[in-house]
Amino acid sequence: MSPPLLGVEEEVQSSVSSPSVECISENGMGLKERNYLGLSDCSSVDSSGVSSNLNLKATELRLGLPGSQSPERETELCLLDLGKLDEKPLFPLLPSKDGICSSSQKNVVTGNKRGFSDTMDGFSEVKGYVYTEKSWMFHEAGSDSESPQSVGHGKYPGNSGINVILSTRSPGVQASVKQDEPANVLQEQPRATNGTSLKQTVISNNNTCAPAAKAQVVGWPPIRPFRTKTLAASSKNNDEVDGKPGPGALFVKVCMDGAPYLRKVDLRTYSTYQELSSALEKMFSCFTLGQCGSNGTAGKETLSESRLKDLLHGSEYVVTYKDKDGDWMLVGDVPWEMFIETCKRLKIMKSSDAIGLAPRAMEKSKANNKKEFGYGC
Amino acid sequence: VTLKGKPRFSDFNLVPENWGADIHAWLVVFAAKYPFLEELRLKRMAISDESLEFLAVSFPNFKALSLLSCDGFSTNGLAAIATHCKNLTELDIQENGIDDKGGSWLSCFPESFTSLEVLNFANLSSDINFDALERLVGRCKSMRVLKLNRSVSLEQLQRLLVNAPQLAELGTGSFSEELTFRQYVELESALSNCKNMHTLSGLWDAKGIYLPALYPVCTHLTFLNLSYAALRSDELAKLLAHCPRLKRLWVLDTVEDKGLEAVGLNCPLLEELRVFPADPFDEEIIHGVTEAGFVAVSFGCPRLHYVLYFCRQMTNAAVATIVQNCPDFTHFRLCIMNPGQPDYITNEPMDEAFGAVVKTCTKLQRLSVSGRLTDLTFEYIGRYAKNLETLSVAFAGSSDWGMQCVMGGCSKLRKLEIRDCPFGNAALLSGLEKYESMRSLWMSACNVTMNGCRLLAREMPRLNVEVMKEDGSDDSQADKVYVYRSIAGPRRDAPPSVLTL
Repeated sequence: MSPPLLGVEEEVQSSVSSPSVECISENGMGLKERNYLGLSDCSSVDSSGVSSNLNLKATELRLGLPGSQSPERETELCLLDLGKLDEKPLFPLLPSKDGICSSSQKNVVTGNKRGFSDTMDGFSEVKGYVYTEKSWMFHEAGSDSESPQSVGHGKYPGNSGINVILSTRSPGVQASVKQDEPANVLQEQPRATNGTSLKQTVISNNNTCAPAAKAQVVGWPPIRPFRTKTLAASSKNNDEVDGKPGPGALFVKVCMDGAPYLRKVDLRTYSTYQELSSALEKMFSCFTLGQCGSNGTAGKETLSESRLKDLLHGSEYVVTYKDKDGDWMLVGDVPWEMFIETCKRLKIMKSSDAIGLAPRAMEKSKANNKKEFGYGC
Repeated sequence: VTLKGKPRFSDFNLVPENWGADIHAWLVVFAAKYPFLEELRLKRMAISDESLEFLAVSFPNFKALSLLSCDGFSTNGLAAIATHCKNLTELDIQENGIDDKGGSWLSCFPESFTSLEVLNFANLSSDINFDALERLVGRCKSMRVLKLNRSVSLEQLQRLLVNAPQLAELGTGSFSEELTFRQYVELESALSNCKNMHTLSGLWDAKGIYLPALYPVCTHLTFLNLSYAALRSDELAKLLAHCPRLKRLWVLDTVEDKGLEAVGLNCPLLEELRVFPADPFDEEIIHGVTEAGFVAVSFGCPRLHYVLYFCRQMTNAAVATIVQNCPDFTHFRLCIMNPGQPDYITNEPMDEAFGAVVKTCTKLQRLSVSGRLTDLTFEYIGRYAKNLETLSVAFAGSSDWGMQCVMGGCSKLRKLEIRDCPFGNAALLSGLEKYESMRSLWMSACNVTMNGCRLLAREMPRLNVEVMKEDGSDDSQADKVYVYRSIAGPRRDAPPSVLTL
């Protein structure tokens, strides 16, 4: 897989081939501009020698309000150097109550210098950056990030192939880039049929604002339950189709708590958990990674070895997957072949959110093992 | 007989389940006094299986049953109808809260039964016995409306169509399985033989690649319901290029603005457009349709007079343009899905948008407003919407004055439904004289108190003033109020949670 996170454009091209890609490039906005990861000058990375520099701090993604305090935060963030991460990730750390709208109006510099801070308002900045380019505007009603009225809105070119999904209501809520495809359009999250919808997005840090509050207005929008039930069933079908094993690629979505967009991986390109885990790391390591703080900067290899197991055993993050039955399971319990047959979706969650997952997963996998492999446990 | 029962907001779970509107008492009376009953059309009524069985056996000439948005029954009740109604011509089961226990009801039509003209079971989910269906369709030569459910496959659809080329309205089943080339050709051929077809719906999970099979049918189509098919803009555009005669179109917002541009380009005769949200409850998604799509349609479809539009952003300017292009709106239902959202460009309330609607569209009969609205909107409505009969308001208004303007100005108002607005007793009582000429008033989550309701009830004895309390609410607040005229006095079938004052 090509180095991920060079920008949204890259992401689109690497994950799905679809007409939306043409739309993107036709879009005069140019995705290279949309470089909220600070990669507009990737080419300059080489010249600046960052890539050879193992400047690990520079490889961290820290998002925050421009101009906010950012210790040691200098220049470009180049995510080509993913493998060199060994710093503590700062991605979704602390909830910040700074007004989202204040950042949104600023046109964040497209160049190298960005002020980052260890706060979650990175989301707002991200959005401000992305969308001021595309003439988005934000609700001024809610200067408080927790105000139910503050929802980001904006225009977007009608033929843009990329639809970025955001919510300004709560920092830390996952934002995902979705390609313009039917399967992606219909959300996977289960939804209640009667207008009260519970947010299924896992909030990756202990944010106090509750995005679910607004979503639970009974009977709003005014749509008959039959319709919402049917559409929910449709989207579930689409997801199943999405992850259906068969010849050819087996793409499943991968999301990570706090990451602004999802990725997709083709499970068929790996043959072991090890390979999958390194790939996931590469994809998401700029957002975060587990407790690698005390390790030395030994280079890429340290990170990829048994990374998944590290993640599983007491690290900050765990990798989970959703199986055919809709249950969320811990990755790694079942044989690889069995795993790819049942895996519909991957999710990198914070360990704290995964509490309680493991025991059930273990039981289920034991049951499965007993059934299928005749293990005596 | 056509009966409509519960308040419309019961569709959105705002009305307690056992509120009333049970059909049984009616059936008992009809059976005794009018056993010649042939047609019964129910909307938002409660109907049990026992009632359906009673209906099936009590009326020997019974022909047509239509149930829309009803609840309380299961497929067993349908089995009773199929078994006993020898002269049935119409069985239309739409969007009900039905307990689907399986598809065997369809097999209950006797082999000698041939009179069915309308069969709509699109909203039932379980599998039916396809052979029974095929035989049924084969022997009902007068069948003109057939709406299948999702369990019917494309291949099965083809087999049905071969025996029913006379169909005028078709609701397909699932439109997505893998077809061989030959199966595809056969399907296309069967469809093209349906020369009378003017209405097409269903298309569940439609896969773009099979849509071309519909092209031969599209030329005559006047009503295309794609509201369960998540099509992309390009897929819709290609399809619409073949539908020049379309008058009514229902789509999902997955088609986005670009899809709506295609509507404007290809359907100059369009009179009705409904755009439903594919993801109504997920607010993190910023896609769907915007004001641009609506404007594009208005430029291309000057005959547009009915619109239902769910979107996440809108501007006053866009609405002004829209009604300038289409001044003949009779039904304007705009739902900006984020409650209280202003014009996203100017940040102003959407008052001027609806002002433009009521000033320009003099024939306006039905209006649903949304977005951030002050009392000014209601001043406009009261002043200009002289033909308005139905008004739906949510999360809008600034004070009692807004509702007072409406009550004072809209002389033809019949149905007013309000939720989550700052209208209180003064507003409620301003309509004192008016409610008897209206069909009903609904106010929920407003500032109306029990005392206000009691006053209304006392002053107007020919009104039923019903209050529905919610758990845990203040005793003095009237959480939900439903007011309607009655010559029969207070009803006796209200549950304890509903107080008639």
